[in-house]
Amino acid sequence: MTMNRETFINCILGLALVIVPLIALGMDEPFIITLATKVAIFAMAGVGLNLVLGYGGLVSFGHAAFFGIGGYAAGILASHALNYEPIMTWPFEIEGTTQMIIIWIVALLASAIIALAIGAITLRTSGVYFIMITLAFAQMIYYFAISWPAYGGEDGLSIYVRNGFPGLNTLDPISYFALCAVMLGLAIAFSAVLIRSRFGLALQGARQNSQRMTAVGIAPFRIRLVAFVISAMITALAGALYADLNRFVSPSMMSWHMSGEIMVFVILGGVGRLFGPLAGAGLYIILEHLLGGVWEFWQLPLGVLLLIVVLFARGGLVGVLAGERKHV
Amino acid sequence: MSDAILSLSNITKQFGSLLASDSVTLDLRAGEIHALIGPNGAGKSTLIKQIAGEIKSDSGDIHFNGQHINALDAVQRSRMGLARTFQVSSLMPEFSVLQNVMLARQSVSGKVFRFFRPVLSDKSLVEPAMAQLERVGLADRAEMRAADISHGERRQLEMAVALALEPRAFLLDEPMAGMGPEGSKRLTGFLDGLRAQAPILLVEHDMDAVFALADRISVLVYGRVIATGTVDDIRGNDDVKRAYLGEEA
Repeated sequence: MTMNRETFINCILGLALVIVPLIALGMDEPFIITLATKVAIFAMAGVGLNLVLGYGGLVSFGHAAFFGIGGYAAGILASHALNYEPIMTWPFEIEGTTQMIIIWIVALLASAIIALAIGAITLRTSGVYFIMITLAFAQMIYYFAISWPAYGGEDGLSIYVRNGFPGLNTLDPISYFALCAVMLGLAIAFSAVLIRSRFGLALQGARQNSQRMTAVGIAPFRIRLVAFVISAMITALAGALYADLNRFVSPSMMSWHMSGEIMVFVILGGVGRLFGPLAGAGLYIILEHLLGGVWEFWQLPLGVLLLIVVLFARGGLVGVLAGERKHV
Repeated sequence: MSDAILSLSNITKQFGSLLASDSVTLDLRAGEIHALIGPNGAGKSTLIKQIAGEIKSDSGDIHFNGQHINALDAVQRSRMGLARTFQVSSLMPEFSVLQNVMLARQSVSGKVFRFFRPVLSDKSLVEPAMAQLERVGLADRAEMRAADISHGERRQLEMAVALALEPRAFLLDEPMAGMGPEGSKRLTGFLDGLRAQAPILLVEHDMDAVFALADRISVLVYGRVIATGTVDDIRGNDDVKRAYLGEEA
């Protein structure tokens, strides 16, 4: 089988993500490794959103809520463990933990439950209403985090020592990068499998024509709800990684700015393209650090770029480089 | 009446002051093509939507396959075996022709929530979908995007999707719309054979096709059925002539 152009572009993007921090390691530039880690994590949050936004056609403006839930799962569990305070003592005792794997499981479960509740309500609307109601739910969770003093409220919560992963020194920048890059790779691979499955076909069908879906006897709502939950879980996992990268979590992870940023990664990179979020997050971080260093209004050219993408290049960066898809 | 697969009794639907369906009673029997004709705006498409479950009727009863289906929504009715085609082709434009039919097969199989196996290598979906494409003569277009095929081919694809649902009854809303004379003739021949598989409620403006195919015809005018009968009954009916076949115009 010959490699098509999009696969080729995807390989380049993946290689670039791995090679840049390795070069930085050789040049002893840990800051660049941290930036690459940030790209991997943001891309993963975007991979989650892309599932509903790109493949399901559902413009969720509330994914920061799930990003933040993942972050708080890491922050809350770690703070209890580090302070030797159990999370609850009755009816049975639950201790905190500094093990990432347990934190991730909690992040996945918590985000799934909350996404199920939010999705069950928001997915009854569509278009602009869906955008606004997902935003409203995210803002509710954001203000809840601000006003909950037990976990730092507005000031957020510090994680004194980065949580652990078996066999890995997570405090070593390149090791933590490797962990995040592998997680991103798994998220992309999972998406790739999902969109080619029966479920993926139905999800992409529901985006294109819900009248036709109904006529062939598949209810779009259930398909969308499951996709919304899976999408939230991937974004939450990215949030847990992000909290550990910064060793800090605060309500700003859940703010609507963050929802907008995740959306920008997807749109800039290519809506409904597997590696779109990686391209978008990479471009975003590069712009932030090249332009942000010399000009405090660096988001102005970003805005113009976004405008150009939306008006002239609907497939985003991946679309420009790889051309339009033949069919899904 | 006993062998009716689909029966409507006193179906009524009002939009504001417009009576779209006025106490419509008709049935569809095994093995027949029942044509529904009437001037533009008579309420034919509205009636199809009520049968398919896309619009709720204000009153009246619908029975399908021996069951009272008033309370069922469009998804449930489709799954019971009521397949409809649309007057304006309603397809998945970004899917390939094959994927459009496979989605219908997926629904019939009842297994939509499968997350891992790639759908395009799933023989239990691809093979029956290809078989339906061959039946309507679209097999050589299988890999093209539905958005890129011609209008006539999209009409064929609508038929293939309906066939793939293996329905107990077809609701065809102007399947000939926009097809050339050659295409209409071919489709007429195809529908002629299809009635043996499942009965067809056929809304159609192409009178040559209707008179060639229909076992019975119902004439709908301003939401009312003014006559039901064989082709000869309808041709000779004075009310129909006055209301529909031109004397009023």
